[in-house]
Amino acid sequence: MENTNEMQLIFDSRSSNESFARVTVAAFMTSLNPTVEEVSDVKTAVSEAVTNAIIHGYENEVHSICIRCRTEAKTLYLEIEDEGKGIEDVEQAMEPLFTTKPEQDRSGMGFSFMEAFMDHLEVVSAPGKGTVVKMEKIIGKGRKLWTVQSL
Amino acid sequence: MKYQVQENCLTIFLPNELDHHNAEEIRRESDHLIEKNHIRYVIFDFEETNFMDSSGIGVIMGRYKRLYMLGGEVCAVHTSERMRKILTMSGVTKIMQIYEEDQ
Repeated sequence: MENTNEMQLIFDSRSSNESFARVTVAAFMTSLNPTVEEVSDVKTAVSEAVTNAIIHGYENEVHSICIRCRTEAKTLYLEIEDEGKGIEDVEQAMEPLFTTKPEQDRSGMGFSFMEAFMDHLEVVSAPGKGTVVKMEKIIGKGRKLWTVQSL
Repeated sequence: MKYQVQENCLTIFLPNELDHHNAEEIRRESDHLIEKNHIRYVIFDFEETNFMDSSGIGVIMGRYKRLYMLGGEVCAVHTSERMRKILTMSGVTKIMQIYEEDQ
């Protein structure tokens, strides 16, 4: 299909890879001509999902995290997948301030941030089956194209 | 972690990117300093910070809880528009003052 582009990124679930993951996704989305604000939004959302995979999915063990990115017209589709322990109650996990690790100073705002910064969020997970976080963001919403008149 | 201790006040100069990876070190070192120096006030300096996620919010909330028990406070300085947006969105501004001017 025209106007589509895809990439896949597989990396170790080490916390040092968090910045690598979000910068890579940010670089991938530049073809959509996003604003600085939109790039920051996506970076924050990616960071949240990857952090979740590392501390909750794999509980700090080192395994693989897979990020699938696709752009189609003006929309960025993101899937962040781990094969970790999964989420028992997805609805509860998505509640603001809910966390299973308060002793580690987790704020419980990860999913709230993803929801706030992206246009669509879906979490597919079951205990022992890993977790997939699917997100979408429309880039350039409500922005008018610059038209330059020729002389 | 870059920091400065003046009497019972600890200023933490936050890194360029405050994520889960960096937050661990700040959490560990600041707790150690708070205990050792009888800190009551923590100032988070966002001068160099361009990126923060919910791990950063966790660090602020954690220090607040600690200092609140001791009768202290936390505050933030040199916040960019993006940082203010994240701080406000998380609701952490209800427990923490943001100061715009140099202290």
